[in-house]
Amino acid sequence: MSKEHWAEAGGGARARAFRATALNRVLDHYGLSVHAWAAGAYVLRDRKGGTAVVSDLGALWVEAERLIGAPLDPLDPSLVEALQR
Amino acid sequence: MKTPIVLLTGFLGSGKTTVLSRLLQRPELGETAVIVNELGEVAIDHHLLRRVDERTMVLSSGCVCCELRGDLSDELRDLLDRRDAGEIPSFRRVLIETTGVARPAPIVQTLLSDPLLPHHYSLDAIVATVDGEHGLRGPEAFQQAAAADTLVLTKSDLADPRRLDALETELARLNPAARTVRASFGEVDAELLLTGSDRDLRDLPTEPIEHTHGPTALVLTLDGAIDWTSFGIWLTMLLHARGQQILRIKGLLDVGAEGPVLVSCVQHAVYPPVHLDSWPDEDRRSRLVLIGHDIDSRVLETSLRAFGRAAA
Repeated sequence: MSKEHWAEAGGGARARAFRATALNRVLDHYGLSVHAWAAGAYVLRDRKGGTAVVSDLGALWVEAERLIGAPLDPLDPSLVEALQR
Repeated sequence: MKTPIVLLTGFLGSGKTTVLSRLLQRPELGETAVIVNELGEVAIDHHLLRRVDERTMVLSSGCVCCELRGDLSDELRDLLDRRDAGEIPSFRRVLIETTGVARPAPIVQTLLSDPLLPHHYSLDAIVATVDGEHGLRGPEAFQQAAAADTLVLTKSDLADPRRLDALETELARLNPAARTVRASFGEVDAELLLTGSDRDLRDLPTEPIEHTHGPTALVLTLDGAIDWTSFGIWLTMLLHARGQQILRIKGLLDVGAEGPVLVSCVQHAVYPPVHLDSWPDEDRRSRLVLIGHDIDSRVLETSLRAFGRAAA
């Protein structure tokens, strides 16, 4: 029995598409993109053709770090500056 | 109707078992199943409870926050099965007493992420005992106190009153969202321990808290609605990146709906958010309390707002 991730509970396809758009604004800073896929999953891509399928938001950050080979941090000043532009 | 769970934690020698023993003598605690976790091959503490019946389980030779997490799930499932089969007297709540060195987050994670347990149980309250004479000692004690809804300052009959006052101040800095009660000889108001904190996050002071040793609490007050989707992205990323620095987050958020959303997590373990129907009054500013190490409140707020812009 799989449990819905707390941040994604109750949302339909439209909410997932909206979430993917918001995620892309964050991930773009690291050269990554994401799109909502089947069964609640997401597909992550880097600019070198690397991909990863992740089951939910919690797993997404682990795979994103693996693809870019560096830690991600929402308090990173350069990310925050990019989001403010 | 889910069966409430109360998690009783507290560092070694801080008086957990004494508090539990007194609680179980109360008539209102009659229909309570108890799971006691003890370290060591020979379990001793549960004998002090003076109530070893079919509803009292002892998990020994390990700690439920690490090697015995599966045992805790099994024990809670077993209690349900045996209650349904009429093999044990009925119970209306479960009290889990952890070991003194237990970290609360893995236990909370077990209770929230198990595929079956969240359908039958709700984690209603975390209670942490704090030694009134010696205060908080060791990283586990800080984690336990940060996770608590109610802090029980024990041994108030023995400790110097000035020491107790200073400890209360220290605890209010560490976990301002919790309520603190004093216990003498383990005696404490049972009702207070069995329910989550009733402290309104909107009443918490937002002035910067003077830095002391150990983790501290940040309280953010935020004007304007917070986009729920961007908050979810931000919080999952924050817990992933800074999970080791964050002991607890509690929030009452204006997400632009009729009522606020209650958010709560103990380190990485996030409770299901609760969408409330309405606000209690006109003050609809969001509040976010974060207990952690080395996180600046301005940096935190700037980041949260920037993520909100990303969803606009």
